[in-house]
Amino acid sequence: MAEKDPEKEKRKIKAVAKMKEIMTTYYIDAKTAEQTGKKVAWITSGGPVEPLIAMDIIPIYPENHGAMIGASKMGVDLCSKAEAMGYSSDLCSYARSDISCATVNGGPIGGLPKPDMLVCCTNICGTVLKWYEIQARYFGCPLFILDTPFCHTGFHDEMRRYVRKQLDEYVAFLETAAGRRFDYDRLKEVGRLSIEGQRLWQAVLDTAAHRPAPLSAFDAFFHLALIVTLRGQQQTIDYYKMLLAEMKERITAGIGAVPNERYRLLWDNLPVWFRTKWLSEKFAAAGACLVADTYTSAWCGSLKYADENNFLESMAECYTRIYLNIGVDEMAGMVVGMIDKYAADGLVMHSNRSCKPYSLGQYDIQRIVQERRGIPTLMIEADMVDERSFAEGPTETRIEAFIEMLKARKAA
Amino acid sequence: MDPLAEFRAAVADPASYVKSATAKSGKKAVGTLCSYAPEELIYAAGAHPVRLFGTSGAGRLADRHLQSYCCSLVRGVLEDALAGRSDYLSGVVFPHTCDSIQRLSDLWRLNVTKPFHIDAVLPVKLDTASAREYLLDVLRRFRSDLERELNVSISDEKLREAVSVYNRIRGMLARLYELRNGNPCGIRGRDVHAIVKAATILDRDRLLEILPPALKALEDVHECPAGSESKRLLLAGGLCDHPELYSFIEEAGGVVVWDDFCTGARSFSGAIPVDGDPLAAIAARYAERPVCPAKHRGIRERAEQLVRLAKEKNARGVVFLLVKFCDPHAFDYPYLKKALDGAGIPSMLFEMEDQLPAEGQLKTRFEAFLEMI
Repeated sequence: MAEKDPEKEKRKIKAVAKMKEIMTTYYIDAKTAEQTGKKVAWITSGGPVEPLIAMDIIPIYPENHGAMIGASKMGVDLCSKAEAMGYSSDLCSYARSDISCATVNGGPIGGLPKPDMLVCCTNICGTVLKWYEIQARYFGCPLFILDTPFCHTGFHDEMRRYVRKQLDEYVAFLETAAGRRFDYDRLKEVGRLSIEGQRLWQAVLDTAAHRPAPLSAFDAFFHLALIVTLRGQQQTIDYYKMLLAEMKERITAGIGAVPNERYRLLWDNLPVWFRTKWLSEKFAAAGACLVADTYTSAWCGSLKYADENNFLESMAECYTRIYLNIGVDEMAGMVVGMIDKYAADGLVMHSNRSCKPYSLGQYDIQRIVQERRGIPTLMIEADMVDERSFAEGPTETRIEAFIEMLKARKAA
Repeated sequence: MDPLAEFRAAVADPASYVKSATAKSGKKAVGTLCSYAPEELIYAAGAHPVRLFGTSGAGRLADRHLQSYCCSLVRGVLEDALAGRSDYLSGVVFPHTCDSIQRLSDLWRLNVTKPFHIDAVLPVKLDTASAREYLLDVLRRFRSDLERELNVSISDEKLREAVSVYNRIRGMLARLYELRNGNPCGIRGRDVHAIVKAATILDRDRLLEILPPALKALEDVHECPAGSESKRLLLAGGLCDHPELYSFIEEAGGVVVWDDFCTGARSFSGAIPVDGDPLAAIAARYAERPVCPAKHRGIRERAEQLVRLAKEKNARGVVFLLVKFCDPHAFDYPYLKKALDGAGIPSMLFEMEDQLPAEGQLKTRFEAFLEMI
């Protein structure tokens, strides 16, 4: 066996092992739910998971599964299968790969455990509505839709009333689906843990404001899994405390995510799951660190609306005013805010064919950022899962040209 | 004289038509996206509602704001607005529809300054009491937004008048479809298309004057001799803004008897009761009309409705005309097709881009399908 590179070893985040252990246990629990008598709910990534945790229902995130499919480069095969079922190749690749995977139990973990119920929150896109309707027909299980009106320019009273009322309907849905009463005291506790988890996740991401950044967006893409899937649980808090401590140690020891950090970049949109390693090496080789991103920070972006003493009431606003459910101008304002907070020298945007709410409007955000901060920007045309929408050569050329711009700007 | 001349003129150049119509009427033109825009309120505000479709294949201004994977409808509407071709509008209304129209609203608001801009964020769900309550709340807000922007007061009385006008228009369009259903090889698809599309552009008072003689003329169209009737087809999808497609289908030996388009049958179904609270009655109509795939009303309704429609209209086959990059329709297609298969109704899919492929290629596809059924 080749000798390990001590320079690389030093930069490896040690918490990774614990994270893998937690996620493995979680998937084993979920896959054996039938034997243990636990119920399984499939839920969208932006959906309110806390009531499920309070009801001891195992949440399963098809989108997290989609990311695993992409990262293990199984996306093209599963997407093609969906196309053979009649789904257009222009549709979201998470949806396509999940829809076909359900019928063949394929993918990296042999398919997801069957859902007893489906919970779809429209705050991230209209795609999830169609996707969950399809799965509700396929699995023949009940579907709850949390309809979170889009906040183009604000969050109106009627929106709050509507979403709040639906939270009661959600509770009633869970009581019927699980066959037992909802425990509101338990929800208070879960809510408190959820908010604490989100604060810790924000604190972890905030450490990247340090120079050199102890973690990069590529690390955040990985460590994100817990705040998405196990939000509202003690183990998530314990894990992020451990990760935060490690990041602080790295700061003290001066260990950066990339060697010789020269350029600090902000990433926009979902990861290109099948090319994260390639992209991270490309940027790292030039001394460029993706210090923050709009994607992983979305899972703590609602903290400003959260009230831990009145969790249920504050949920309506928290789940409606998320990053993707707001106007392009508000998104651009947040991007500019992140550029300042993390002292970014440039912006890298992934124009993601799969995600219209995230991608349509990116050109305007790019222009606004250039006008307000005058930093170089790069647009990468790709997809989160479907490798057929990615061309390595042209992407490499664009990255190189972008690095040259950063270099010229630093020298000036 | 061609009884459809005015309809054709409005469709050929909506902007010029509306400009001259509003110059005469003194009304303000208000653009709308999607058939869920509650036009009754715009009419009641004394304005002239115009549904926007975008000029096809014109210019590149929208490319600076939209990626290649955005549908031609959204791109065309933004292109027109950026090029100043929508300057005749005093305002524009975005009812929340799909992910793309939702972003189009933002892009319009940020880049097109002239007309007023209103988001009427309708619910996605339509099958619960709370959603319908919210829908009514949205209409209340929309009413006051319009009152503010147009500096008018929209009384209940005005709303009732609007309801009555729209009931009459929708009733006549339904009659048009029935006429064609009874005489599909006599009444041409492109004529029906011109009328229903013009109904979203014409001054609605004027429309009420010219629809009856148009219908009368169509009643007198000769029926085909018995036995020569072509194969009856139903069209399904979002919208079809390529009237030449109807001619291709007819030349290939088919006739269109009905459709399930938001620019067609979905737009005119559902009469609104004139008594009681008019706003609540309008809200109920939008909640109950045949549903768009971007909205939710159960998980099987669209398939059940399509199969029922195909059987009721005695259609031999269904042609899906889907706009490329229209996600809600593309997601529903496999399940709708399966439901039709189950009922023994053959179907074909044609995906439309901004520009249609060569005529020969299209005809061959329609011919192949028609031979099969």
